[in-house]
Amino acid sequence: MNQLVPAGKRALQDLSTETQDYVTMFIDGQMFGIPVLTVQDVLGPQKITRIPLSPPEVAGSLNLRGRIVTAIDVRKRLGLSARSEKSTSMSVVVDMSGELYSLMVDQVGEVLSLKSAAFERNPPTLDPVWRDFSAGIYRLDGKLLVVLDVARLLDFGKGEGV
Amino acid sequence: MDDLLSEFLTETSESLSTLDVALVNLEQNPNDREILQNIFRLVHTIKGTCGFLGLPRLEQVAHSAENVLGKFRDGELEVNAEAVTLILTSIDRIKSILSHLEQNETEPEGNDQDLIVRLNAMAEGKAAPAAAPPPPPKAAAAPPPKAEPEPMPEPEPEPEPAAKAAPEPDHEEHGASTPASPSTLPATTEAKAPAGAAAEAKESAVAAQTIRVNVELLENLMTLVSELVLTRNQLLQMVRGRDDSEFSAPLQRLSHITTDLQEGVMKTRMQPIGNAWAKLPRIVRDLSVETGKKIDLQMLGAETELDRQVLELIKDPLTHMVRNSADHGLEGVEERRKAGKTEVGKVVLNAYHEGGHIIIEVSDDGRGLNTKRIRAKAVQNGLASEAELDAMTDSQIHQFIFKAGFSTAEKVTSVSGRGVGMDVVRTNIEKIGGTIEMKSVEGRGSTFVIKIPLTLAIVSALIVECGGERFAIPQISVLELVRTTGTSENGIEMINNAPVLRLRDRLLPLVSLKKLLRLGDDDDLSKRETFIVVTQVGTYTFGIIVDRVFDTEEIVVKPVTPILRNITMFSGNTILGDGSVIMILDPNGIAAATGEMAMGTGQTAEATAARDLHGQEKTSLLVFRAGGEDLKAVPLALVARLEEIDIGTIEHSHGKPVTQYRGHLMPLIMVNGACTMKDKGRQPLLVFSDRDHTMGLVVDEIVDIVEDVLKVELTVEQPGIIGTAVIANKATDVIDAGYYLTQAFGDWFGAAEEASFGDRSVAKRVLLVDDSLFFRNLLTPLLSVAGFDVTAVESVDKALQLREAGASFDIIISDIEMPGMNGFQFAEAVRGDARWMTTPMIALSSHATEKDFERGRKVGFNDYVAKFDRDALLQTLAQTATHGGMA
Repeated sequence: MNQLVPAGKRALQDLSTETQDYVTMFIDGQMFGIPVLTVQDVLGPQKITRIPLSPPEVAGSLNLRGRIVTAIDVRKRLGLSARSEKSTSMSVVVDMSGELYSLMVDQVGEVLSLKSAAFERNPPTLDPVWRDFSAGIYRLDGKLLVVLDVARLLDFGKGEGV
Repeated sequence: MDDLLSEFLTETSESLSTLDVALVNLEQNPNDREILQNIFRLVHTIKGTCGFLGLPRLEQVAHSAENVLGKFRDGELEVNAEAVTLILTSIDRIKSILSHLEQNETEPEGNDQDLIVRLNAMAEGKAAPAAAPPPPPKAAAAPPPKAEPEPMPEPEPEPEPAAKAAPEPDHEEHGASTPASPSTLPATTEAKAPAGAAAEAKESAVAAQTIRVNVELLENLMTLVSELVLTRNQLLQMVRGRDDSEFSAPLQRLSHITTDLQEGVMKTRMQPIGNAWAKLPRIVRDLSVETGKKIDLQMLGAETELDRQVLELIKDPLTHMVRNSADHGLEGVEERRKAGKTEVGKVVLNAYHEGGHIIIEVSDDGRGLNTKRIRAKAVQNGLASEAELDAMTDSQIHQFIFKAGFSTAEKVTSVSGRGVGMDVVRTNIEKIGGTIEMKSVEGRGSTFVIKIPLTLAIVSALIVECGGERFAIPQISVLELVRTTGTSENGIEMINNAPVLRLRDRLLPLVSLKKLLRLGDDDDLSKRETFIVVTQVGTYTFGIIVDRVFDTEEIVVKPVTPILRNITMFSGNTILGDGSVIMILDPNGIAAATGEMAMGTGQTAEATAARDLHGQEKTSLLVFRAGGEDLKAVPLALVARLEEIDIGTIEHSHGKPVTQYRGHLMPLIMVNGACTMKDKGRQPLLVFSDRDHTMGLVVDEIVDIVEDVLKVELTVEQPGIIGTAVIANKATDVIDAGYYLTQAFGDWFGAAEEASFGDRSVAKRVLLVDDSLFFRNLLTPLLSVAGFDVTAVESVDKALQLREAGASFDIIISDIEMPGMNGFQFAEAVRGDARWMTTPMIALSSHATEKDFERGRKVGFNDYVAKFDRDALLQTLAQTATHGGMA
């Protein structure tokens, strides 16, 4: 099988280096980013099989070129309201210890190279749910980018996920 | 050629080429202990195998060489060129003997004294005598080049299984990288002349016949082929229904080739199950020596092939089970003799294919499981309370041996009794999608039946739909499919919201998949069309209600993502031919979720089919209210259907209420006369059905169905009531169904029989022996109505007293399981005495299996009838009565 992408951790540890490339995405108008090297695919709307009894954040599973990918509704994961029925969604596929996950977001944007100087820790006032999933904030022109901690996002073992 | 020999040749020639390389390495790094160890091991193996195969010449050479190597290893001798040369010389000698062996299947004449003397001298530390000037070392080291493209000069008709697993994957690399030495021919100068060039060519012939392939490579191939199969299925689905497609022809070809490829790759992984059994005779022999038992191990179907992955996984469980059978199962010689068995205990292993699965049976004719001891142990381990155990059937109690930490062996022997046992066996078997079942009769032995899939890579699964989603159910656990509609014969019936289905005279608990997976509410099950997937997990059989059933498909099981592993309902997921992802249901998980332990606290098929009323066995009872608040009950097995009819449909005929039911008139009978019908709405009925007759018993309310031990404690002199029993902790009147049946139709039981009896003026006298009061009360009126003169007694002793008193009967009906003397003993007693010797006997039991039947017949029963099979009993009685009369 194709082991294309190194695990997310490494990219995250490199935050202190000069610049870092992030795939940007939008949910509810907020910009998020995940390190570009963790991203395996960007998908348009897909046919998703519901999985009964799964945590509500798990939207289902889909077939990506013969591999089964678990779709995670990031909106729900972040405690946001459900997406309106009509709007289409895009997904970012990430590899987490050999398993593929598709993060469903509203829209996927361009890849940005960000200077580490613009990086900041989470402000303490951040919503606890978000604080859990955010690895830090980048100050950009006119807006803020929340770096998603993919590993925590996909850790359903503890906390509110189940 | 002998299989063993040819295998030996293949293996040894591989070892030897490894050795050549290793020795040269050794010479360069004389202190590398690892290489030395390796060489020593290889030579040792050769020696060992030679000894085993009876090849003295080879063995001697190898032995002497091993001695020298041993000294090297222990540091007593220094590794130098001279010594290495000597060893190489020995190896060349071994090679030459081998090639002769390959041609003639015997060792060549002659001896190797010269070489052995030199080796021994070396081993003893004497400076190598100058007797034989060693040849140039390099030359000797050179094996004949193993030219890969060499055409096989003489194809041996020896189809070695290609899948001979290579345990050390590095072997092949060594073999392949053997440097072809430039000077080859001098190498053979040492060898005996006749073995010359021909032998050389021959040697490579065997080596080239088979190749050792890394198992991992095969696994990868298998995965790829599986994916290919899926893709092929996907393509086929796309083209299906489009006849004119230009793709159909090439696709057809692709399909064929894929199938062939799949089969081919599967074959490379197939191994006869005998491979897993190879160690067993030895284990059993050792056991028999150790325990002083005489054991005959019979292995049938050793050639049955299965996937090596599966083979590996069942090897240990099987070994364990055979050990168990021999150690726990079989009795000692003395005990066997006392029990009237042959001294030699039998353990039989039997493997065969059945419907895409492999069935392996391990049976012994030993003492069987000791139910008492299992009970005691279960209590001791806190697995169940006494009360719970009381409510279980023997076979349910037996299931405890599959629990962790459960061993009933009184003492821990070296072979078994350590408490890691059947639970591990079970887990291992279930891990590969197999099932294990057990039957045990105390004093007669135990049989374990393992059912495993042929291969793990691709499984056949039934695709079903429920709540708009599709799911796959592994075919191995599916027994049958039942379609029900509101109008069909077998509708789903509800007992306090718990759906059940009558299926061939037994009640099948149903699980609504929709509810279970929270896909929505499953209402009016009894109305609409549904499908029921009858599923078996261990001994527990249940039905899964689904909306639709599609066909079966071959699927590749992929594990579910870790975040979903805690959902026990799914065993994996897969991609279907149409490209969609689908979840695979885990019958074990579903069974567990329904509250039934998957290990089969549920009823066994037999137990459900015919409930035994006496003893501690449970009976399903339908509890209802009729004419007052008192609870009443009737054995569920007697009830054909539960109905609710509209009051408006009740009509009267001759002043008696009737209703039209399925195109017939059905009389309605009030329980006890006291019950009144409702004024409006719907009237619940218990429907009793028999051939052409159907009767509705009017009740106020159906309360519940409970499983309990039916023990009638108070008898009352009231017609229609057998007595009062404690059911589900409440005093409940058990009604006499027979009484109401005769009320509805005077000829309920008699109609059919009357003809066959012809002359009824002389009623046949029947002796009924049964310890269950309930059953006597049920049967007596039934038989009386059918025209028999019935005498009922509760024990064999009483029956034999009647015999002493001079009573005589035309037919004897006897229960089998009774306290004191059982039915079999009773039959022996009857047949052993002149008075009743010719009286026909009918056995009545809940265990109406072929075996019991056989046994019954042996001891003297003329026929065998399952309890509650009223028709069969009456028919048998009629036949026996007429035949008996004629005889």
